[in-house]
Amino acid sequence: MLRIDNLSKRYPNGTLALDGIDLEVAPGEIVGVVGGSGCGKSTLLRLIAGLEDPSAGGVSLNGTPVTAPREEIGFVFQEPRLMPWLSIRANAAFGIRHLPKAEQQARAQEALARVGLADFANAWPRELSGGMAQRAALARALVGRPSVLLLDEPFSALDALTRYDLQEHLLELWSYDRPTMVLVTHDIEEALMLSDRVVVMQPRPGRVLTVATPPLPRPRERTDPLFEDWKHRLLAELSRAFRHRPQGEEAFPAAAI
Amino acid sequence: MGWGSASNTALGLLVPLVLALGWELAVAQGWGNGRLLPPPSRILATLWTLAKSGELTTHVLATLGRVALGFLFGVLAGTILGALTGYLTWARRLLDPMLQALRSIPSIAWVPLFILWFGIFETSKVILIAVGVFFPIYLALSGAILGVDRKLVEVGRIFRLSGVELVWRVLLPATLPSYVLALRAGLGLGWMFVVAAEFMGASEGLGFLLTDGQMTGQPQTILASIVAFAVLGKLTDGLLASLSRPLLRWQDSFKPGA
Repeated sequence: MLRIDNLSKRYPNGTLALDGIDLEVAPGEIVGVVGGSGCGKSTLLRLIAGLEDPSAGGVSLNGTPVTAPREEIGFVFQEPRLMPWLSIRANAAFGIRHLPKAEQQARAQEALARVGLADFANAWPRELSGGMAQRAALARALVGRPSVLLLDEPFSALDALTRYDLQEHLLELWSYDRPTMVLVTHDIEEALMLSDRVVVMQPRPGRVLTVATPPLPRPRERTDPLFEDWKHRLLAELSRAFRHRPQGEEAFPAAAI
Repeated sequence: MGWGSASNTALGLLVPLVLALGWELAVAQGWGNGRLLPPPSRILATLWTLAKSGELTTHVLATLGRVALGFLFGVLAGTILGALTGYLTWARRLLDPMLQALRSIPSIAWVPLFILWFGIFETSKVILIAVGVFFPIYLALSGAILGVDRKLVEVGRIFRLSGVELVWRVLLPATLPSYVLALRAGLGLGWMFVVAAEFMGASEGLGFLLTDGQMTGQPQTILASIVAFAVLGKLTDGLLASLSRPLLRWQDSFKPGA
């Protein structure tokens, strides 16, 4: 169980980026976090990963507090962030350096095969397209078989077709080991395609406005009227979050809709 | 060597060869006397005489030894201090202002002091060369470490790299291109400063050959020495470049068209 408990983050310049976030994510659950820019959704993810320290509250995974990056928690950034001097295979194996060489190679090759890059194991990152590089980054994050996978707008820099393709692919990858996933995105469709629950955040300071559990059957279709309906509902929530601007006004209670 | 690089080499040699042959012809035809600028044949003959007598080897080895030692010490000091000031903020605050101030002193200005301190023999020469080599290496490495993509360092943090692992697996490869370039620039300065060092008083070395040619009024000796400098500089730079090339194959760099 991934547990986020009254989590707040104030930056040294005084900005309150996150204010009292509470959230529990069950093992194997996929939670999407949506919100406009500046709502603290990336900060939330970085705090869960242990990349930043909270000002108050905390994050725990299966009862132990997360205070620094951990092996069980994988992270996929907005950009692939591959090491340009390593082959794709070596990039995929970057996080499993403690394993014997042969096992590293085998695990990296397996991870690359799962993301459809088996034939590019010896290529350099510069030789890959944006979508392929992001697949390699997924392989790198998954190769250590993390129980939690955090994704920070992982497909936002890609064109629509590649994005749809990778969204489906992510679900397929998830089905192997079923890690808990927290996906930060500004794309409501993406959140609806992938998530069991969608958290809508409001900005300045970042708070949870709504947690929605769309009852959409899987596999989901963008053209499904129910999908469309949920998209509109969440959009309405988002614009409500966006209208909430001034700092220090009444907090919206986190409510299920 | 493929056709492309062979023809590129040939193209690069075209202009100097035409100029050399032109001057050779001009002196042979009596259009110029070649006393102050001897034709290539006379320079080559001087080189050949020096080589046959073993003198050339003595001078080349003396100069090469000084450059090698000075380069080694300069690279060592530049690498250690560059890495320290790049990696540790307190070291940068402590050392960088002083080193930047020292950098603004023309290295040749140290010569009188070095001679007073270390005498006229090898030590002062090697130190002068090391000082020349030091600064480009120091500057480039320190700057390259500060310029490493923060995002890649963060990937290292996600995968829990220790300090040493971060240096070895991220900082070192990320700074390698600038470092190699700095090594080549440093080596070039090493060759420049060895001449100044050998002007300080030497009984052997290519720099000595230069002054010897001047004193005895033999421009062909001066030019023979210059040719030897050019060949050695080009060879050692080529060696550094080819040693580093396999390490930098990953670079996504601009490759000019034909």
